Amino acid sequence: MRDRLNRAVRRVPGWLIYLAGFGWMGWLFFQGASGALGPEPVEALEHAYGLLALQFLVAGLAVTPLRRWAGINLLPLRRQIGMMAFWFLCGHVGVWALLDLQSLSRVWAEIVKRPYITIGMAGLLCLLPLAATSTNAAIRRLGGARWRRLHRLVYPAVGLGALHYIWLAKGAQLEPFLYAAAVVGLLVLRAIPKRAGRRGESGDSAGGRFRALSRG
Amino acid sequence: AVGAGGPVLAQGAELEPTSFEDITNYCNYYEFGTGKGDPAENAHMLTTEPWSVKIDGLVERPGDYGLQEILSEMTVEDRLYRFRCVEAWSMVIPWNGFELADLLEMAGVMPEARYVAFETVLRPDEMPGTRRNVLDWPYVEGLRLDEAMHPLAIMATGLYGKPLPNQNGAPIRLVVPWKYGFKSIKSVVRITLTEEEPPTSWNKANPREYGFYSNVNPQVSHPRWSQAEERVIGSGGEGIFGRLSVERQPTRMFNGYDEVAALYEGMDLSEYF
Repeated sequence: MRDRLNRAVRRVPGWLIYLAGFGWMGWLFFQGASGALGPEPVEALEHAYGLLALQFLVAGLAVTPLRRWAGINLLPLRRQIGMMAFWFLCGHVGVWALLDLQSLSRVWAEIVKRPYITIGMAGLLCLLPLAATSTNAAIRRLGGARWRRLHRLVYPAVGLGALHYIWLAKGAQLEPFLYAAAVVGLLVLRAIPKRAGRRGESGDSAGGRFRALSRG
Repeated sequence: AVGAGGPVLAQGAELEPTSFEDITNYCNYYEFGTGKGDPAENAHMLTTEPWSVKIDGLVERPGDYGLQEILSEMTVEDRLYRFRCVEAWSMVIPWNGFELADLLEMAGVMPEARYVAFETVLRPDEMPGTRRNVLDWPYVEGLRLDEAMHPLAIMATGLYGKPLPNQNGAPIRLVVPWKYGFKSIKSVVRITLTEEEPPTSWNKANPREYGFYSNVNPQVSHPRWSQAEERVIGSGGEGIFGRLSVERQPTRMFNGYDEVAALYEGMDLSEYF
């Protein structure tokens, strides 16, 4: 079952993720324009794009733990997952700046004045170099070790994103905390020393994985 | 019982009412969910008949007043009011309602009374949003007595000449047009006259962000966003980008209802926000 899944994942072409992601982005925009998102489509789009960006970031963060602990290998699609997080974030910020605030001076004033927007923009800044180096050529140019070090910026980015979501909610709403818990959980899973999970990482049998775990 | 042609206060003539569809589909009524569309989807579960309002505390004639009994005593008028949400969006709503002062006089306000407390119905079986503690249920609000007695403060029982839809606070709600929308408590079941300032829901949830007064004030920012401007719901134009180009207009002090300014003379409104 797991091997079939992993084989299927390897067969998914990268462009299919982009097609689905951008298709969804466009569909949401069309729905907003046609009134299907309710009387205040700007806010609805802003929130939908922002939430999708966070969901893709969390999905990207789950790739390594899934491989280590469940033997599910989404690594072939991680670049596309990360890039879609970036593009939805661009959509989120674009709708906010162009359709909601409608002027550069307002955008700047909000960034300076509202801490939850400041940290959101900081999250976007963290992702910019990652998006810019998400090509094979960039990996070769930087070298694997440096590229991996640079891409650790995804941790502050996703942390800031989760915090931004908690900060903007009114009242004690549950969802932002669920996302934050998922982020913390995935980071903890990643922090567990490599040795303990090495057998699982190679897609070994469940028994082997549990033996490895009990040794750790 | 909808009286047409009642006195339209506060420059009603220049206002363009928001569509019935937008007013009834974009609501904050957390008892039915935190999404703007949740109340329209879920509020049908609320039973609004029979309905009575308990009026107690410092009143001469406390008791449970049936809604029909109240309405038979009151003069229902049309009031076209701006409605400004603390989230920086606004609408223009043609309410039907009667002055809160008339209701309070019906119960007989005692001289010691200084505040009016309000409470929303709480029925977890009919209100799915109350199964989570997003706020400390039941929803409560309050006014100073002189605010409550101001002729602009009404109890609304309808909009656009139709009975109030459930998602807008049926069957009877408060409307205080110079304050942020959350002060205008919905589906009221209890009104209590008190000597002390009563607790209010959003103030309890986050006192740094929501004060007891919560007068619309473009100069006092919400800690997380500016209150200087507002997005006017339904103001977008035609065409593909029409709905996505919502107008922003400057927010006015007291939401444009300058006649209430005298209530706050000598008060620092950045302290009593």
